[in-house]
This record gives sequence, structure tokens and C-alpha cells, in this order.
Amino acid sequence: MNTANHYDVAIIGAGMAGLAAGIRLAHFGKRVCIFERHNAVGGLNSFYALAGRKYDVGLHAMTNWVPPGTKGTPLGKLLRQLRIERDEFALHPQKRSRVAFGPAGETSLTFTNDFAVLEAEVAQKFPAQIDGFRALVAVVRAYDDVSLDAKPESAREIVRRHLTDPLLEDMLFCPVMYYGSATERDMEFGQFVIMFKALFLEGFARPLDGVRVILRVLLEKYRKAGGERRMKCGVKRIIAAAGRADRLVLDDGTEVTATHVISTIGAAETERLVERGAGSGEQGAGGADASRGDRSEPSVSAAGSPLLAPRASLDSHPVGRLSYCETITVLDRPPAALGWGDDTIVFFNDSPRFAYEQSGGAVDARSGVICLPNNFAYPDGADLPEGLFRCTCLANYDHWTRLPDEAAYQAEKQRWYGDIQRSALRFLPPLPTPDALARATLATDMFTPRTITKFTGHLGGAIYGSPVKIRDGRTPLANLYLAGTDQGFLGIVGAMLSGISMANFHVLAAKG
Amino acid sequence: MTKDACKQIVLDIIADIAPDEDLSNLKPDVRLRDQMQLDSMDFLDIVMELRKQHGIEVPEADYIHLASLDSCADYLTPKFEALGK
Repeated sequence: MNTANHYDVAIIGAGMAGLAAGIRLAHFGKRVCIFERHNAVGGLNSFYALAGRKYDVGLHAMTNWVPPGTKGTPLGKLLRQLRIERDEFALHPQKRSRVAFGPAGETSLTFTNDFAVLEAEVAQKFPAQIDGFRALVAVVRAYDDVSLDAKPESAREIVRRHLTDPLLEDMLFCPVMYYGSATERDMEFGQFVIMFKALFLEGFARPLDGVRVILRVLLEKYRKAGGERRMKCGVKRIIAAAGRADRLVLDDGTEVTATHVISTIGAAETERLVERGAGSGEQGAGGADASRGDRSEPSVSAAGSPLLAPRASLDSHPVGRLSYCETITVLDRPPAALGWGDDTIVFFNDSPRFAYEQSGGAVDARSGVICLPNNFAYPDGADLPEGLFRCTCLANYDHWTRLPDEAAYQAEKQRWYGDIQRSALRFLPPLPTPDALARATLATDMFTPRTITKFTGHLGGAIYGSPVKIRDGRTPLANLYLAGTDQGFLGIVGAMLSGISMANFHVLAAKG
Repeated sequence: MTKDACKQIVLDIIADIAPDEDLSNLKPDVRLRDQMQLDSMDFLDIVMELRKQHGIEVPEADYIHLASLDSCADYLTPKFEALGK
């Protein structure tokens, strides 16, 4: 074995899950390397610069915010496990958020980081439902959402045992789904509980400088613990032999070996890397595209679930169907100057029933999420250098990736930028003059499902990954584990906890 | 190594793992779990920090001996002494 190219643990992907797993493992003396194809860390929660401006992707708000001193919540666990002091994340709580339903947001539920506000809103707007709502909240609070082997149940069914008004039901599902669900129309109840706690019982916060603050802290911890990383160098193939991930072929063609491999890139995405090898030479190491078509048998015959077996995976680990467009509008003044100073996040829907499902057309602008990153309670009047107005809607991956050429793609972006923004404006306080927004706009950008796949490698532009989650992270390859999106702890705090849990469970606490 | 010195080592580790806990009034004969928010992830960290910082191995079957500060001292002191500490 070439020890220079051998790691105790190789981690695929430098997103939140990969970085968190890496910190744990390096802290406890493992030789760890994170392999990241992109030139920036963060994965689905990253950042970029365009025309001299810094933009965040992903993160609207960090969920799971609790006041300092609150014990036993995901944020506290995460900070402890990574030896991060709370102040390092420099989180500032939201002002308030809303769920606004109806063609002009006629029914609205305000919520803040104080759960009593939402409870009072439900009592006032849905008086007949408040007892059921309280009973539902009691069930949510009592649920063991970190269990790795809970049996799947329909969240809609459980919620309907307590709530009889479909409007309230949809209004609760809308934020919970938009901020983490890979499943159309319904969710697994455990996932619902994770998100309900993260959004409503806990809350939203953000560092003034956005997601890069969190990433900087993680990178510094990882570096100090002795972790290595290779940027712009993804893992091209995982060569399997004797039921194990025998070695990894990197994008630059070199090979490394690792006692354990943690993949954070998704279940189907990981499956596509796995190739049967005979333990020597180039066998089975053809081009990735050619080999995919050829394989008619599972790539490994290990016992256990058929994950990573090409055929079975199409059924049991389907590529997610939910993708998104987001418009980003940079303003020459804070949103408050347009009359939008109160809302941090607005979840909106204009239809009789909320349809969280793959968009039939390019974009489904009937529902969406508005984020105003200026509207957090930053200290001492601090604010972002410019105003930001972000809108996210469901979008169709196939539509955006099958446009005939680049000109058609750009034209489609232009068209939908306007349509998404117009849809969202219905749910914000009226502008002082009809052209006020256009006059305040300095720059715009927009991501589409195509952008997501290009920069994150997530198949189908599916930010939240596959609807089928693998809670214990196991794969048929004995030393290959999944963490991150497809392991199933949601949100960015969830992603980090996923990396931590899988590192603990499969590497640090493993027997032998 | 005295048992008090051993308790201090465990306290230092807990302070490192759980900086948000107040350790000043811990009762040595009461389960740590009953006096603080320590979950199984935190206990795993105590075990791993003992290994990392002091070269002490605690097999899973012996985790029960880490329940209170007194039981930690009873269990760990001979281990430290065996290492010449």
C-alpha cells in the first residue's frame, strides 16, 4: 500500500456535511482528505462573486436558531461536537417571517423566533383549529427525530389527525417543504418534525456576511485539526472490490485508497461513481458514460440493501424531481426604503391548494419563497452594503436543460425573472410607485435547475436530493457511507449534523 | 495520580466538550447525565478525548463506569497509574 496516497478517511464533497465530518475525524487523529470538484467550498450553500459583488447561494437563513444557553437542540449539539463557540458563527436572529396564502396573501400567519407568536396567530386566524394545532405541536416535540431507524409515516396523515382545515395544513407544510423536502406533496413524518422544529420551534438567523462566515469557521477548524483538502479535484470513480470501496480515482487520474469513504454527493450520484474492479489494473475502468450503459448487473454483490446496484437504485434511490429557480435583485437602498422593512422570509401561495410538486412548465410561480437578507436584527444598525431581494420558485429541470441553445436559455431566464418577481410582489407591501423597484435595481442574477447541477453535481437540479433517504448512511460497500443531503438530516445545521453523525457512527465509534 | 487529579482531568475534558455547561456545582456521586445535558455523542467524546489526550482506552462495555465523577475516578485512576502517571 502506498501510504502517501492512503487516508484513514476520504470524504467526497466539501459542503457542510463533508467539512463537519472532516473536522470530527481530523480532531481525533484520523488522516483525512476532502476531495471537492468545485473551486469553492460549501456545496449547496456556497457563494460566488459576479461583477465585483458577493452573492450567497442556498442559504436564505440558517434554521435551528435558539437563544444562547438553550440546551439539547441541534445547534448546541453541532457547536459542541465541532468545538465551535457560538459567537464564532455570529448569528443574528430574524425580524419576522410570514406564510401568506391567497391571490394577494389574504390569509397570513406571522412567525418569529418566539414560537408563541405563531401559536397566537393560529389561535386568532384559525380559532377552531388551535386545540388540534397544540396537540400536533406536542406530538412534534415528543418525536425522536434523530433516531436512525424510525419507521416511515406520512406527515400529511399525522397532521390531518389534528387539523381539519386544509388551508392551515397547507400553510404549515409550505415553509417546511420549501426549506427541505425532497418529496412531492407529502413528507416522511420524521423529516416534517425536523423541519417544523428547525423553522417554527427554533428559528431563523444569519451572519451579517452570510454563509461564508460559517464556511470560514469550518475551514479554519478543519485546517487546525490537521485535515487535508484537494480543491478542483473531485472523485471520478470508486473502484469496488470484495464488497469494499477499494480505491478512488480522482479527476486528475491519480488513485488514492482509504480505510473509510464518506460520500456527501448524494445516493444516486455516488452510485454513478461506483465501478466494479477486479482488484488490479484497469479492468472496469472505462469511461463513466460507457460503463453506465453497459452495466446490467449490480456492481457489487454485497449483502444488504441494493443501494448502488444500478438497476435497483433507479427504483429505490430515484433522482429527486424537485428543482428551483431563484432570482436575486441587488438594490441601491435597503428593502425598508421600499416599504419592505419588516419581513425576513415570506412563504407564499396563490392557489386553493398548495402544490409542492415538480413544476409542469419551466417555473411554477404560483408559490414560492421571498428572502430579504437585510431584514435580520443586525447589531448597532449594521446592514448589508446593498439591498437584496431574493425569490425562489419550483422549476422543471428537463425544461431548463433541454432548451435548444444558449440564446434560448438566456431568453427564458429573462422572461421568468420578470414573472417570478411579479408573482412575489403580490405578497409584499405595495411599492411607493409602480416603477420604484426597477429604479432601485442595480444588478440582477438568477439561478436555474441547470445552474444547480452545473455547480453542485446534484442530478436533476435536486437541491434536496432523492426522496428516499438512507438514515444509517450504509451502502452495500462495507466501508462506503453516505452523509449530507441523502442521509436525511435537513437544512444546513442538519447537513453538518449528518456529517458528524456518520463520522461518529461509522468511523469513530466503530468497533475494531 | 490521586482520585481528585483524575476527576479534574475528566472535568477539563467536559469543559472542553461542553463549554456552555456550568461545572462548578457538580456532585461527584450523582450521574453526570442527571446534572447536565450530556447525550451519547458527548459521552463518546469523553472517551475519545481520554484516548487522544492521555492514551487511555475505554472499551464500550466499560462506558457505564463513566457515569459519575466518583465512578470515573475509581475506574480511570488505576488506568492512569498503569501508564506511570
